[in-house]
Amino acid sequence: MKKLVGLAVAAAGFLLILHAQEIREEVNKSKGKLPVIALPDLKGSGEAQAFMATFNQTLMSDVSGSGVVKVAPKTTYPLTVPQQPSDFTQPPPPSDNPRARRNTPPPPTSGGGRWLLDWSSPPVSANYLAAGYTAPQNGVLVLYGWAYDLSRATATAAEAQVVGKRYLGSIDEAGARKVAHEFAADIIALFGGESLAGTHIYFVSNRTGHKEIWAMDFDGKNQRQITHFNSDSIEPVASPDGTKIAFTSWYHITPGIFVFSVDPVRDLRFYNQSASVNSSPSFSPDGKQIIYSSSAGKCCRIFIANLDGTGFRAVSSMSSIDTEPKINPKTGSEIVFTSGRSGPQQIYKMNMDGADVERLSDGTGEAGNPAWHPNGQIIAYAWTRGFSAGAWNIFTMDVASKSYNQLTHGEGKNEHPSWAPGGTHLVFTSNRNGREQIYTMLANGGPAQMLTTQGVNNRPFWGK
Amino acid sequence: MKRERWLVWVIGISLLTFVAGCRKKAPVAAAPPAPKSAPAETAKPNPPVITEFTAEPKAIERGQSALLHWQVKDATQIEITPEIGAVTDSGRRQITPRDSTTYTLTAKGPGGNTSAGATLTVTLPPPPPPPATPPVIPTLTERLNKEVSDAFFDYDRSSLREDARTALTKDAAALKLILSDFPSTTLIIEGHCDERGSAEYNLGLGDRRASAAKDFLTQIGVPGDRLIKVSYGKEHPQCAEFTETCWQKNRRIHLAPGENQPPKATSELPMTRPENR
Repeated sequence: MKKLVGLAVAAAGFLLILHAQEIREEVNKSKGKLPVIALPDLKGSGEAQAFMATFNQTLMSDVSGSGVVKVAPKTTYPLTVPQQPSDFTQPPPPSDNPRARRNTPPPPTSGGGRWLLDWSSPPVSANYLAAGYTAPQNGVLVLYGWAYDLSRATATAAEAQVVGKRYLGSIDEAGARKVAHEFAADIIALFGGESLAGTHIYFVSNRTGHKEIWAMDFDGKNQRQITHFNSDSIEPVASPDGTKIAFTSWYHITPGIFVFSVDPVRDLRFYNQSASVNSSPSFSPDGKQIIYSSSAGKCCRIFIANLDGTGFRAVSSMSSIDTEPKINPKTGSEIVFTSGRSGPQQIYKMNMDGADVERLSDGTGEAGNPAWHPNGQIIAYAWTRGFSAGAWNIFTMDVASKSYNQLTHGEGKNEHPSWAPGGTHLVFTSNRNGREQIYTMLANGGPAQMLTTQGVNNRPFWGK
Repeated sequence: MKRERWLVWVIGISLLTFVAGCRKKAPVAAAPPAPKSAPAETAKPNPPVITEFTAEPKAIERGQSALLHWQVKDATQIEITPEIGAVTDSGRRQITPRDSTTYTLTAKGPGGNTSAGATLTVTLPPPPPPPATPPVIPTLTERLNKEVSDAFFDYDRSSLREDARTALTKDAAALKLILSDFPSTTLIIEGHCDERGSAEYNLGLGDRRASAAKDFLTQIGVPGDRLIKVSYGKEHPQCAEFTETCWQKNRRIHLAPGENQPPKATSELPMTRPENR
């Protein structure tokens, strides 16, 4: 008997895994049909309640902004929200005895929220439910979070449970945000998504009166100044492991490259080769080299050098302005870059030795700001195709087929796309609301969210 | 013979008597009263004599000083007022009065007192010259702004147009003079672009524009080692509107003062570690 139960559990687990995979494939195949999750507001006991508005807002923003799952509208939810698995009850089994039915009151048609069925049937019609509660315990904010798969109507709460975890944070706004981000990450992971929590966006802000490099969390929180050069510093990029940044600055009169560690902020001393312009740095996928554009000889060729600037060598030939080199993060064997070799700037691809140059954009308008998706197959870039020069929009392109997809459509000027580390979102610059500010959106062009307001902010890079 | 000698004696005596009688007669005839006090003038001492008492010069500006000279004879006590007091019978003293002053020298001696005056006129100094005298020689920036003009470019081009060549030819003449007047300075050729190209591409374009201008200027004799190229891409537009008029203003090279010493290559500069939290 015990063996049988064990087998059954194993089989159920196997089915669950298969099911999750199916969902993932489904998501990838049909972007329109996202699974639906019910995400009722959680409550906190005692002093935890004071931070639940922040918590619920953060949870909702992370999950609904993930792009991998749709949140069912809250107005449709039943009145009772089960805070833990033991709050669920099972609907009574349908009776086959007509006499019994006559003598007893008709069975209830709804559990008022206590049945899993209440959440999977109309009007909620969710495929998943996430719920739980928070409580202060020994000076720590504890979140008990559960998620349930509602696909089997007869399943018990224990059978339906796909997430059941304890999350710890400090009893304040920051702690509430932390546990919300972590719970959201586990929910998003159910659908093959990657949480943005813990990622950083580097950008340029002139809010101090000078263009300096700044950093912020993925949601615009915790904005902090990295450089204090009182010069012009632009084009920040982060290393693949997120520990370093590189950027271009006029700190030494002519534009040159700097490499900094992030925590603590420290100048790691990149020695620029002698040239009037050394710019547009980016890290190689192993984080051990910097690829950049230099005017050494004649402006401008692609060079690659060690992290400290030594051992530099030219990759492209001296024929035109070549800049914005980005190495394929997956293969490490090809470079996309911007070049004016055939007229107005376009996006090209070449091998690491500079051979096999191929134009990716079709030659219309101007194209620039290429950025690799982490999968190494797609790039995001800015293009003026279909608009006048200077009217940039964000596009994505499948590099192999050169088929492209336009994500913004003239809502102001949209430039500098950069992928979230998981590839689910893009951050970019737009002046759609007046001055240039930093926005994020889903990788398919979904709703844009403005992250900055102070001064002019641009050139975002999304790193770990 | 004896008789003759006697006669001589008689005549002699009578002559003598006659003379004597004449004399005796005068005091008796008129006796004027004797003067009451017959002063012994030759025995009494003389009063002091001031042979010199002058201020040199006679007029000064406030804050300056003059010399007071004096020489006195036959005095036992000499005093100069105001301020100075007792002095010896000859000397000089530096004086710095705030206002015009008449000095009085009084000399006392057994023969009497004498005094003399010397006046020193003090005038107010002329107003000080205005601070930071307006530069007679215009600064480097002023001369660049006045004598050197920008050269402009076509969209996405770094080749020199005819009007750019004309401007740069004029600039070259002015630059040669300016560089010889400011022998230790370097000049920066700033390359600028309009806002339409991507910022990264424009960094390159600005550099190409600065290069084109530098090559042209060097060919017609401007010392190239004193011209530093700096591309600003589209980071510092001088006009911010979304119009061709404005874009044209931004597609330019501009000459600006550089460092006093030619900067070294970036990599050789000592890296100053920036202040960070």
